[in-house]
Amino acid sequence: MVRRLSFLGVIARVFMWAFLLALAVVVLYPLLWMTLNGFKTNAELFGDPFALPLDWSFANYAKAWNRGVSDYLTTSVLVTVTSTIATVFISAWAAYGLTRVDIPLNRTLTAAILGGLMLAPTVALVPLVKLFQAMGLYNTFWALLILYTAFRIPFTTFLIRAYMIDLPREVDEAAEMDGAGRWTAFWRVILPMCKPILTSTVLLHILFTWNEYLFAMIFTSGSGVQTLPVGLTSLMSKHGTEYPVVFAGMVIAALPVVLLFFLGQRYIVKGLADGIGK
Amino acid sequence: MRATLRRTLGLAWVVPALVLVGVFVYLPLVQNLQFSTLKWDIYSGAQEYVGLGNYTKLVEDPVFWSSLGNNVLYAAVSIVFQVFGALLLAALIEGVRSERWQRALRAIYFIPSAISLTVAGLLFYFIYEPNLGPLNHALRATGLGELAQAWLGQESTAMSSIIAMSQWQGFGYSTLLFAVAIQRIPAEIYGAAAIDGVGAVGRFFRITVPLVREMTGLMAIVTLSGAFQVFNEVMVMTAGGPNNSTQVLGTWLYRSGFVRNNFGYAAAIATVLFVITLGVAVAQLWVTRRRRVEW
Repeated sequence: MVRRLSFLGVIARVFMWAFLLALAVVVLYPLLWMTLNGFKTNAELFGDPFALPLDWSFANYAKAWNRGVSDYLTTSVLVTVTSTIATVFISAWAAYGLTRVDIPLNRTLTAAILGGLMLAPTVALVPLVKLFQAMGLYNTFWALLILYTAFRIPFTTFLIRAYMIDLPREVDEAAEMDGAGRWTAFWRVILPMCKPILTSTVLLHILFTWNEYLFAMIFTSGSGVQTLPVGLTSLMSKHGTEYPVVFAGMVIAALPVVLLFFLGQRYIVKGLADGIGK
Repeated sequence: MRATLRRTLGLAWVVPALVLVGVFVYLPLVQNLQFSTLKWDIYSGAQEYVGLGNYTKLVEDPVFWSSLGNNVLYAAVSIVFQVFGALLLAALIEGVRSERWQRALRAIYFIPSAISLTVAGLLFYFIYEPNLGPLNHALRATGLGELAQAWLGQESTAMSSIIAMSQWQGFGYSTLLFAVAIQRIPAEIYGAAAIDGVGAVGRFFRITVPLVREMTGLMAIVTLSGAFQVFNEVMVMTAGGPNNSTQVLGTWLYRSGFVRNNFGYAAAIATVLFVITLGVAVAQLWVTRRRRVEW
C-alpha cells in the first residue's frame, strides 16, 4: 500500500498519540503515586504529595504485614485456591455431562445451570445470611468458599461448555474403542484437551475471588476470616492516621493480580472475549 | 429399562453444579420474595407478616428514589465512557501502527480493572482528600485553587466523584474487549475501503461501528447490569454519605438490613434490584438471540 503523508494526516496522528499517552499517564500516575506512598512517612505524605520518598525503606510494608495483612493475605490465598479448584472442577464435570453424556432433560438442565448467570448476588443477600446462620457457617471460611463457588459455576460452566461442544465426537469414540469408561475418558482425554479454556477460567476466577467485596464484607465479621479487600478497610479504620501503612497494604493487595494479568494476559483476554462476545 | 437407568446415572455429572446453584443461587431468590412481605427484626428474631407493607414504604422513601436515581446516573455515565468511549478508544489503538505499542496501551489501560474496586476506591479516597490529596494540591499549584473542594464530603460532588473513579477503573476492560472484536474484522475490508478513498473517520463509522455492533450491545448490557449492582466503591469511599446523597440500591439495601435492622425492607429493595437486573438479562437474551445457541 502506498502511504500518502498529508499534512492533516500528520496532525491527526500527533493528536492521537498525545491523547493515548495522556490517557496512559492518567491511568498509571495514580497507581505510581500509590506505590510510592508505601515508602513515605506520614510527614512526607502530608507535605508534598508529589515528592519522591526520601528513604526507600520497607518499614510500612512490614508494619502493614504485621498488623493483619499477613492474615488477610493468607485467607485470600486459601479462599482463592480452594474455590478455584472447586469451581473449575464442578463446572468441568457439568459441562462434560451437558455436552458429551446422553442425559435426560438436557436442555432444561443447561438452562437451569446457565440461568444463574442472570442473577445478581445482592438480590440473594438477606436469605443467604439467614441460610448460613442456620447452617452454622456464618462468619466462617466455608461461607466464602461455598458462595464463591456456587455463584461462579454458571459463568465457568458456560465457558467450558462452549469449548467442549466444539471438540470432535471422534475423540469420545476413540476413547470408547479403547474400552475407557466415561470417567477415564473425561480425565485422560477431554480434560487435557480443554487446557486452554481451563487456564482462562482459572485465571478469571482468581481475579474475581481475589477482589470480591460484597460477600466478603457481609459474611466475615471476624478478623480471622477476612480477605484482603475487607481487611484493607479494617486497616484503614484502625490505623486511620498512618496512611503510608494503608498504602503499603493496598500495594500488597494489588500487586499479585497485576502480575497475574501480565503473565496470563492472553488467556484472560480470550476467556473474557469468549465469555462476553462469542 | 437399562438404557433409562444408564441415562439417569449420567446425571451424576451435573448434580454437584445443580445442587450448589439451586441451594445458594435460586433458593435465596425465592425466599427473598417471601422475606420481603415480613417485618423482621434480625436480633429479636420477631417476624410479622405485613403483606406489601414494605413496598408501600419503599415508594414513600425518598432515599430509595435517590438511590435508584444514582444507579441510573451511574449507568448513563458508564454507557458513555465504557461503551462508546471505549469503542472509540479501541479503534484509536488499532490505528497505532506498532503491534507492540498496541499491546502495551491495551495492557496499561486494563491494569485498574485487575486491581480490586476496594483498592481503587481507597486510592481515590486519598486522591480526593481535601487537604493532602493530590487533586486539590494540583489545582492549588496551577492557580485553580478556587476549584479545590471536599470532593467526597459534599452532596453536590460526592456521587460524581465516585462515578469518575469508576470510569477510571472500568474503561480499560471494555476497551480490551472492543479491541478483540475489532481484530476479528478481516483486514481486507479496511484495505478495500482505503483504496476506495474512505478516510479513517469514514472507516470507523462505516466499518468498525456496524461490524462490532454485537459487542457494543453486549457491553451495554454488561455495563448496565453492573451499574445497578454497584456496592463496593460506594461503601469504601463514602458509605452512602454525606446525608445519604451517594446511596445506591445496593448500599441502601445493606444499610436498611444490616445497620437499621430491617431485613424485610432490605428484601423489598432486593426485589426491585431483581426486577431490574432480570429485565437487563432478558434484554441480553434478546440481543444474543440472533447468535447460534445450541441448548
